[in-house]
Amino acid sequence: MSAPQKTKSGPAQIDVTVSAVVPVTEFVTRFEFTRRDGTEFPPFSGGAHTVVAMQDGTRTRLNPYSLMSDPADLSTYAISVRREDDGRGGSVFMHSQVKQGDAMTLTNPVNLFSLDLRAKKHIFFAGGIGITPFLAMIGQLELTNGNWELHYASRTPENAAYADVLLAKFPTKVHVYYSSANERIPLADVLDGQPLGTQAYACGPERLIDGVRDTAIGLGWPDSNVHSEEFLAPAAGAPFEVRLCKSDKTITVGEHESLLEALEREGVDAPFLCRGGACGQCETDVVSGAGELIHCDHWLEEEEHASGKKIMPCVSRFVGELLEIDR
Amino acid sequence: MSIQFNNETFRDDYSFHNSEWAIKRFPFPFHEDSYMYSMNAEQHQGGPDGSVYEKRFDVDEHYVSEMQDRAKVLADDPLRCQSLPHMTLAGWDLLELIMVSKSEDYPDLFELHRDGNQWRWVNKPLGIDDPFTFLDDTTLPYGPMEYITRQTQGDFALLDQREENLWMDAGMITTQADWSLDFDIGMNFFEWHAPVPKANEMGIFKRALKYLINIPQGSPGRRLNWTMTVNPLLDTSPENYHKWGIQKTTLTPENIGAKQHLRVELQTFFRLPRSNALAFPIRCYLCSFQDLTTMPKWGRRLHRVIRDLPDELATYKGFIDNRPMMLDYLSKFDDGLPTSPGIFPEPETEPPLKT
Repeated sequence: MSAPQKTKSGPAQIDVTVSAVVPVTEFVTRFEFTRRDGTEFPPFSGGAHTVVAMQDGTRTRLNPYSLMSDPADLSTYAISVRREDDGRGGSVFMHSQVKQGDAMTLTNPVNLFSLDLRAKKHIFFAGGIGITPFLAMIGQLELTNGNWELHYASRTPENAAYADVLLAKFPTKVHVYYSSANERIPLADVLDGQPLGTQAYACGPERLIDGVRDTAIGLGWPDSNVHSEEFLAPAAGAPFEVRLCKSDKTITVGEHESLLEALEREGVDAPFLCRGGACGQCETDVVSGAGELIHCDHWLEEEEHASGKKIMPCVSRFVGELLEIDR
Repeated sequence: MSIQFNNETFRDDYSFHNSEWAIKRFPFPFHEDSYMYSMNAEQHQGGPDGSVYEKRFDVDEHYVSEMQDRAKVLADDPLRCQSLPHMTLAGWDLLELIMVSKSEDYPDLFELHRDGNQWRWVNKPLGIDDPFTFLDDTTLPYGPMEYITRQTQGDFALLDQREENLWMDAGMITTQADWSLDFDIGMNFFEWHAPVPKANEMGIFKRALKYLINIPQGSPGRRLNWTMTVNPLLDTSPENYHKWGIQKTTLTPENIGAKQHLRVELQTFFRLPRSNALAFPIRCYLCSFQDLTTMPKWGRRLHRVIRDLPDELATYKGFIDNRPMMLDYLSKFDDGLPTSPGIFPEPETEPPLKT
């Protein structure tokens, strides 16, 4: 339309300094950031995430984490990272390499798990590290006297990050359940009999999210009143070759690398927002493929998965001779 | 740059006029000699100096008169501005976005002083100097969206984002191309676009919705849309169709150059950070045929586009009956010479009209 502009496809970046590294539990550490240019961070909404760029040797790791700091305090952004020793290495890098004073890069916030502001009441269901987006949501709702309650499942009191702070501040709104004491969130009791206009939000392991959704639907809740966020880490798999039509290149996607990461490693500009199969931004056309697409995303419709014509490079893979995509 | 604001009207005697500066920077919407719908969106990150794309919210010589016209429309019909209760936070988001943008982009016209949540807003062209508390609705004379959009050119729709859809849940709509906020309020993206011909079959709406849902914070987008308006009317609403629709029959070969206006909307899209809603400003620019054709490239191209436009689109845009008279007029400005690509008029390099 007017002057053409060439900008990179990812969200805008913010240069930050790690201002604090705070151990929270045995496995969870909080990282706090300030802006390197000394200004305030952009405002954000509860449930938003940022993508943290980690310079791990020659490799750039890009992992999404929920912003958990108070949305009213824009001097600081904070994330809490659970160390996953069997993961792809990003959380271990954060825990073992990142120190106070380090320079890092975050992206502008992106919210794929926002509050439904029409709600008369918000009920949060958290499992383990799934507590993080709710900390920011609670901060946002407290500013406007929002009506909310939290049900938080953890293995043990020692593992329940931020449970002590939340219980001290909101003793009547926060309920914590420890599986070590054989406690479970009584989903049916909590979800039954809620006032019309209540919205439920679940974040944590798949079985918690499925449990909340199935119980709510069984009790007659509208599907649209149940919200969840489940970030998929890209699964490992056998290496595969990809022909990039537009870039005129053939690349190999490594065992522990996603197709999106391989594109970025090769300097191919590829759009992304969530890097977890949820937002749809990286949707890419498949030109041809002698083999099978391994779809792992929540974005494409079933027919699109079956069609073999689309792939979400952030989480999905390929098994076969050669995949050809429109990048 | 200081702007000379016009003393002009968009009703009754229609004294609206464009200066040479305004004509040259008019957002002509056709980048080639034909037109079909497309999701012609690009990033809204500035543009050529002096163009309407340069600033986040363009302010031009029509600013003061457009705000006076808006106040009149609202006095007659308060339902042109509506905000469902859950959209108040989005209204504050919009107020913040506009105040920050305008005070940075036009420091000679607008000032924003902030000390925590104690803010002071100075709007020199409209003579406003208001202290208020950010996020406290009781400290402003109107709700936050109404307050700031009474001071900003263009219509504003605030779209709530949920269930992978967008919902028309708030807006200030007084300069619209024949659609009604009061009718559309609460509708989702597919509902309010249902009347548009052809585009649904082309799959445009599904793709457009995916694009809009993914507009990230800090990376706004923009596109142009267009239609035709007889007389420089900002308020071409369905509510007032009985007043303006009839004016389409007053065109004559003698007055068409002055009366017939190309109406262009600069639509922009901003993710709002605190509410996660989407702001959809729709800025209307008007230019008469006789002013447009002072640019040889635009005269040639407008003739070709209007001539070749499918009948459904000419009908939907409301000028099918006047098209023959338009073409008679415009053909005088089309000598058959080729046009250069792109929307800008290129008056220095484009050949003059052969007579």
